[in-house]
Amino acid sequence: MTGIEPIRQDAARRVAELGFPTTRDEDWRFTNVSRIARTHFSAAPSDLSAWGEGQLEQRLVPYEGSPRLVFINGCYSPELSSLKLARGIRATSLREANGAVEAHLARYAVYQDRAFVALNTANFEDGACIEIPKGTVVEEPIHLVFLASGGDVPVISHPRNLVVIGPHSQATVVESYIGHGANYFTNAVTEIVAGDHSVVDHYKLQEEDERSFHVATLQVQLGRETNFSTHSISLGGGLVRNDINAVLAEGTEATVNGLYLPSGSQHVDNHTVIDHARPHGASHELYKGILSGASAAVFNGKIVVRPGAQKTDAKQTNKNLVLSENATINTKPELQIHADDVRCTHGATIGQLDEEAIFYLQSRGIGKEQARDLLTYAFARDIIDRIKVEPLRARLGKIVLERLHANRN
Amino acid sequence: MNATAPSIEALANQEYKWGFVTEIEADTIPKGLNEDVIRMISAKKNEPEFMLEWRLKSYRQWLKMEEPQWPNVHYPRIDYQDIIYYSAPATKVGPKSLDEVDPELLRTYEKLGIPLKEQELLAGIAVDIVFDSVSVATTFKAKLAELGIIFCSFSEAVQEHPELIQKYLGSVVPHSDNFFAALNAAVFSDGSFCYVPKGVRCPMELSTYFRINAKDTGQFERTLIIADEGAYVSYLEGCTAPMRDNNQLHAAVVELVALDNAQIKYSTVQNWYPGDKQGKGGIYNFVTKRGKCLGDNSKISWTQVETGSAITWKYPSCILIGDNSVGEFYSVALTNNYQQADTGTKMIHIGKNTRSTIVSKGISAGHGQNTYRGMVKILKSAAGARNYSQCDSLLLGDQCGAHTFPYLEVKNTSSQVEHEASTSKIGEDQIFYCRQRGISSEDAVSMIVHGFCKEVFRELPMEFAVEAQKLLGISLEGSVG
Repeated sequence: MTGIEPIRQDAARRVAELGFPTTRDEDWRFTNVSRIARTHFSAAPSDLSAWGEGQLEQRLVPYEGSPRLVFINGCYSPELSSLKLARGIRATSLREANGAVEAHLARYAVYQDRAFVALNTANFEDGACIEIPKGTVVEEPIHLVFLASGGDVPVISHPRNLVVIGPHSQATVVESYIGHGANYFTNAVTEIVAGDHSVVDHYKLQEEDERSFHVATLQVQLGRETNFSTHSISLGGGLVRNDINAVLAEGTEATVNGLYLPSGSQHVDNHTVIDHARPHGASHELYKGILSGASAAVFNGKIVVRPGAQKTDAKQTNKNLVLSENATINTKPELQIHADDVRCTHGATIGQLDEEAIFYLQSRGIGKEQARDLLTYAFARDIIDRIKVEPLRARLGKIVLERLHANRN
Repeated sequence: MNATAPSIEALANQEYKWGFVTEIEADTIPKGLNEDVIRMISAKKNEPEFMLEWRLKSYRQWLKMEEPQWPNVHYPRIDYQDIIYYSAPATKVGPKSLDEVDPELLRTYEKLGIPLKEQELLAGIAVDIVFDSVSVATTFKAKLAELGIIFCSFSEAVQEHPELIQKYLGSVVPHSDNFFAALNAAVFSDGSFCYVPKGVRCPMELSTYFRINAKDTGQFERTLIIADEGAYVSYLEGCTAPMRDNNQLHAAVVELVALDNAQIKYSTVQNWYPGDKQGKGGIYNFVTKRGKCLGDNSKISWTQVETGSAITWKYPSCILIGDNSVGEFYSVALTNNYQQADTGTKMIHIGKNTRSTIVSKGISAGHGQNTYRGMVKILKSAAGARNYSQCDSLLLGDQCGAHTFPYLEVKNTSSQVEHEASTSKIGEDQIFYCRQRGISSEDAVSMIVHGFCKEVFRELPMEFAVEAQKLLGISLEGSVG
């Protein structure tokens, strides 16, 4: 990876210049990363010693059978990975790719003003590299699994992924972050480049340990007439920050959905930027959150319509269901519009379960607790049902139900 | 529509018609700002010691502060030493009756259509006139005094009711609140003061008319309105300025206090000189407005129509402390040519069952940039709080921009918060429908725009609503392609 060496050096310089963001930065107003800034992290070891017997196998069950790339604390593990893909499709680790995709690597995720992206760019060890040639349809979802573990000494890993989809191609990529143990920090960056007329579905399932830090940036560069969707599901992590930046071209259709279920003292922050750079683009965004315990959630959705991006149709919705007394929610749906012939709407709600709906269910013999669970589940199901990968959808439904039971007890 | 259509047509070729300058002898102090200037202003106004101390405290605070950079507006840096901080028409201090007021001044207000002679008043509006830095006349004072209502200039209130000033000045907008509020606290020269006693419903609309006249001056006025228990007052504010090539600064502070069961309705029609078609000149309108619903069941309602100013930067806010108190914000902001507006509101819910409504309509034309920035904050104590926000933007032309930055921060779970926003342009089918029925496209656009703003206009007192509709018609002139 020699070609990107100057970029990495420049990023390292930016890390030193920028420092960690504080709550005085508008983008970090509600998310305090001083706990990350204070901690001295060392590089994470790439072994499985932290995982107990059988523990890991159990976590990997959902990814059996389909092509998968597994990384342990940011380093590729060929033993755990299984690749059965048609010829011509590249799905390897970045190191194995050996510079073949340097034309794209680190070219999209801007690090000049984003400290965590700079930190990743300067320090990443490895990550997934997926390249799908022109006119290829990959039926099976490609799973990228990131295992992280922590212990007494704080450790950090920087997974870095690059997904390049050729024109007229179709693929599904699932990123899963699985963690175990305290005191670790995952700082991931994923870049997706979708060629003209391609169809790309992306999922991110985050199940980190509740004593960990998770910061991830997804940078998406979309070609003409592409159809792109991403679903970001945040279940774990103590302090979580997700940044999604999508740049649309002419006639691009983008769907950006998310679900977050913080409980206890979790803090989940979702920032999205949908940049309508060219005319005739459409974007749909729906983020839903269910908050319990003393958790906090932040949503900041920005839609930018550039000058000349006429006929843009953008819709953004953020809905929050607050189940406990001590939860905090900060939401900021933003519109920045520089063209006149557009249709842009956004909406945000924060509220509780509908008492009348609960009463209705009660009047039909369903207990109050059950009625509440049912309605909460339905609220989350709205997002889950949009997931096209069947095993993932089933698993998520189960996890949400389990969560509801756990919250009640 | 019939009533306004001809007037829009009549005004079609007119530009900013309030842009004239009044030739009047003025008492002006040299440019620049330091502690001596503040002492001089305070001495000129013959203020008690506590006022001077408060001014100096604010000035020292201001020196430590930085000009905010976060608003979505762009302008060259202001040189605060290049501004005249005090300018007053050179007449005797505090004219006893209208006969003592300089006739040139009276003519100015006649030109502006502001009735100063009480017998000529149509609807019976009590007016306080602020010319450059000082209040020149207040009408209907005696009649209001019968009811115990105090309505006078700020300097008069400082002399005659220091106890009220000392109690409430800075209680809503502290001197350290923000850069421009601190500057205002240090150098403010005059403004309006109003106190409505317990259980009194003010029988007429109170109004302040602000006029900037002198060159290179900044206007810094301060308004303080207190509605005691069970009182009601409706207050209007209007502004104009002459056309000049350089930018003038207007940094005002408005404080409202509503005690138990009191209601304050504050309406603004802001029409400072917006600059010419190339964006040259115009007023920088950097204003801090805030109301405090201190008592239970109190209500504060802000209505604003912002058509003027090169740059508008203001957020009339409500702090809802009393239980069941209500805050409202209705706004129409129009930006044409190179105007920029960053405006919105803050609703801070502290008391139980507090409610707030936000309706904001932004219209951008030409190269105008219109930003709505609002915050709804529900604290832990605000059980059962409710907020509804709606902000719609209308774009006329492809060079303009509309932006929305709503912040919703909720720390109480029994509250409900809703926010909706939309951005669109006038549909060609709508215009076609009107044209088909013999309405010219210009009239059609103006009709649709008025319909778009109706929700806000109906909150305005009647005379103001007519004025606001006319203003909108003129400001939009030429932006219809």
